[in-house]
Amino acid sequence: MTVSVVQFGGSNCDRDAVRALEHLGIDAERVWHEDGLPSDTDGIVLPGGFSYGDYLRAGAMAARAPIMEEVRTAAAAGVPVLGVCNGAQIGSESGLTPGAFTTNASARFQCEPVHLRVERDDTPWTAAYAEGDVIEVPIAHGEGRFEIGEDAHDDLVADDRVLFRYCDADGRVTDAANPNGSTDNVAGILGERETVAVLMPHPERATLPDLGGSTDGVGILRAFA
Amino acid sequence: MTAYTATVTVRLKRGVLDPEAETTQQALERLGFELSDLRSADRFEVDLDAADGDEAAERATEMAERLLANPTIHDYDVAVAER
Repeated sequence: MTVSVVQFGGSNCDRDAVRALEHLGIDAERVWHEDGLPSDTDGIVLPGGFSYGDYLRAGAMAARAPIMEEVRTAAAAGVPVLGVCNGAQIGSESGLTPGAFTTNASARFQCEPVHLRVERDDTPWTAAYAEGDVIEVPIAHGEGRFEIGEDAHDDLVADDRVLFRYCDADGRVTDAANPNGSTDNVAGILGERETVAVLMPHPERATLPDLGGSTDGVGILRAFA
Repeated sequence: MTAYTATVTVRLKRGVLDPEAETTQQALERLGFELSDLRSADRFEVDLDAADGDEAAERATEMAERLLANPTIHDYDVAVAER
């Protein structure tokens, strides 16, 4: 398995993602978006950052870069695709997943550890956890508020595509535990296939033990193992 | 071909929270202005040549659909004028 971590101008979590994956023994390399996906790609990370300076809307420009056509094709063929933070914004802007990530309700950039409740344990991203587990992973975003029309949200829930919700340390999904005003505390969702996921929190920042914080993000990245 | 300017206005759908507009409103109120609400919008002015106004509007609409607006959160309108 070689994971391609797609680097756009303004990506800044690409190295972190490669480092975290390599720590888990997973081959990973950074791929400049203009170079296209290498033929041996069997996993894709859209990393965090500020691609194209968040011009227009976060993720809007990168979502329309030619490599995203390759990413959509690979995703449709079952290649695992994970969008993290700006990568989640790119994923939703490109139609890999429904909804949109927009300005935090606080109107501020927020960089803090949050708790997430694992809503499913039967996907590649959450096989390491049990449903209802509470994990701690940091967020770092100004535009992470998940918005989706009411009908589309009903469909999302009915289709069981919510992967993580913001919660308190005891797993309670409350307004107080919602850092950015996301609809229904949604922090991460699945695409049409369970092999596609986007989330605002950063699992690659909760993987390396040397960083001294939580390593709860390991289970998410294990999807690529 | 005629030269047109297509003006595309993109605004948040009614009911979608707009923290930037709220912050702007608060700043105006701090300056002593009285207002009951404030909404913000993005306006794009696209210069293009087209056979007629309908074609210019059609192309600008496609630009809005594919990039300038995000249909999940935005409404938009297009106005065309000869340049």
